[in-house]
Amino acid sequence: MKIMVAIKRVVDYAVKIRVKPDKTGVETNNVKMSMNPFCEIALEEAIRIKESGLATEVVAVSVGLAQCVDTIRTGLAMGADRGIHVEWKGEGLGLGPLNVAKVLRALVEMEEPRLLILGKQAIDDDCNQTGQMVAGLLNWPQGTFASKVVLDKEKQTVMVDREVDGGLETLCLDLPAVITTDLRLNQPRYATLPNIMKAKSKPIKKVTFEDLKVKVKSDIEVIQVTEPPKRKAGVILSSVDELINKLKNEARVI
Amino acid sequence: VSGILVCEAGCVLENLESFLDNEGFVMPLDLGAKGSCQIGGNVSTNAGGLRLVRYGSLHGNVLGLEAVLADGTMLDMLGTLRKDNTGYDLKHLFIGSEGSLGIVTKVSILTPPKLSAVNVAILACDDYVSCQKLLLEAKRKLGEVLSAFEFLDSQSMDLVLNYLEGVRNPLPPSLHNFYALIETTGSDESYDKEKLQAFLLASMENGLISDAVIAQDINQASSFWRIREGVPEALMRAGAVYKYDLSLPLERMYDLVEQMRMRLGDSAKVVGYGHMGDGNLHLNISASQYDDAQRSNPLYMNGLRCTVEVSVRSMVLAS
Repeated sequence: MKIMVAIKRVVDYAVKIRVKPDKTGVETNNVKMSMNPFCEIALEEAIRIKESGLATEVVAVSVGLAQCVDTIRTGLAMGADRGIHVEWKGEGLGLGPLNVAKVLRALVEMEEPRLLILGKQAIDDDCNQTGQMVAGLLNWPQGTFASKVVLDKEKQTVMVDREVDGGLETLCLDLPAVITTDLRLNQPRYATLPNIMKAKSKPIKKVTFEDLKVKVKSDIEVIQVTEPPKRKAGVILSSVDELINKLKNEARVI
Repeated sequence: VSGILVCEAGCVLENLESFLDNEGFVMPLDLGAKGSCQIGGNVSTNAGGLRLVRYGSLHGNVLGLEAVLADGTMLDMLGTLRKDNTGYDLKHLFIGSEGSLGIVTKVSILTPPKLSAVNVAILACDDYVSCQKLLLEAKRKLGEVLSAFEFLDSQSMDLVLNYLEGVRNPLPPSLHNFYALIETTGSDESYDKEKLQAFLLASMENGLISDAVIAQDINQASSFWRIREGVPEALMRAGAVYKYDLSLPLERMYDLVEQMRMRLGDSAKVVGYGHMGDGNLHLNISASQYDDAQRSNPLYMNGLRCTVEVSVRSMVLAS
């Protein structure tokens, strides 16, 4: 059974984000980029499923700029067998979840995996949409915010524990299915030197939007990106009357 | 532009680091205690730290200081010029004098520019001789980008894994005899990464290391550093600790640990870790409780503390 994992190259989680002076976006020049933490978790889960003998191949795919290849290599160093890079040259107004979902659908139709695993969201845009959209486009069942995944090869189903507001929800999905991973699913492994070296010879196929017959449409235009307003200092009040006055006349909430 | 920082002695190292971060510079020294130690104290004790192998000691980085003598006289040696050969360079007497000549009240320090590409790796070695050869190779092959070379023995790693939360074995499943933590800092990420990988591969092929992990993002790099910086904390949680911060010739450094282990047998755990890059060993002996009972009686040398101090003193004198 083949598992496909979609990964994204984003600004490293630990970096202090700065907005560009022209307010068109976040500063990415000279800033450390890494694999999205949720994508790391997705990859780790796929590799564990393979190591348990329930899958034969893990394919790591990424849609983005040329440097995505570095991120795919990290995925290969963790244990994926091969990679696919769909190159986006940076044109247009941006990719966005729907375009990525369309690309993933095309890749799934090309590779025919039984399981597509993604991170629940990317830490740069926090969209949390791609997994759900792909499932919709493919008409596959989806188990999002997974905190536990148990595959049943015999029955060709997968049990997914989902982290929802009220607690945990357990679903049983028929394969093929889409799973998006949440934080508590697993702890991704470190890339050891022998594996990093092995990864250098694993293939990364380059594919274009034309090859996949996907037309990238940018429907959303980012008008401005600003930092959130700085938190104002609190004020210590001397009496309840003063509080009521402020609530009434300044905050206008009563 | 100059990167020269002038500040008062009470500034906490970590706060200075954050301030400089916004300006694009870093402090030339870094210690595990950065969250609480003050720069005046660092200067008075000539603190070394994790980056000495790259930026040198405070004698090289402190450009000037202001100190107050015991009779109240204030000595203004707070020069801020990078190169100043006028008169006698008195400030060096104060650096490392531990307050015996005067109290440092202000410091002017040269801060290196902040470089964006940092790579961290943890390596496993089978014996101390390999660690030494590895250090030499690191200085040769990584050269100008090497920014830290720390080492811990398997007992230190064991303590950290057992007593600290949120820490996991970087090279599971077992414990290796020795670990080295190497950090590179440079201006080109992919170039430095290639250099580090090539160096590690060569080291593995030459049998100097048996395994290695490279951090793939800042979080992993921080967790690697947490292991090394967390050893003192883990020791504290394990019980009573006798701490020795020694600078020894590199070849003899670990002999001390092994001899102490032999002398103390089962009565205490001896761990060694430290800034191998500059020959500085932290020898720590961990016992389950303090035993000063026989301290005042010179004839009765049974207490653990007495044994330790006598042994260390004689070994240090002999080396």
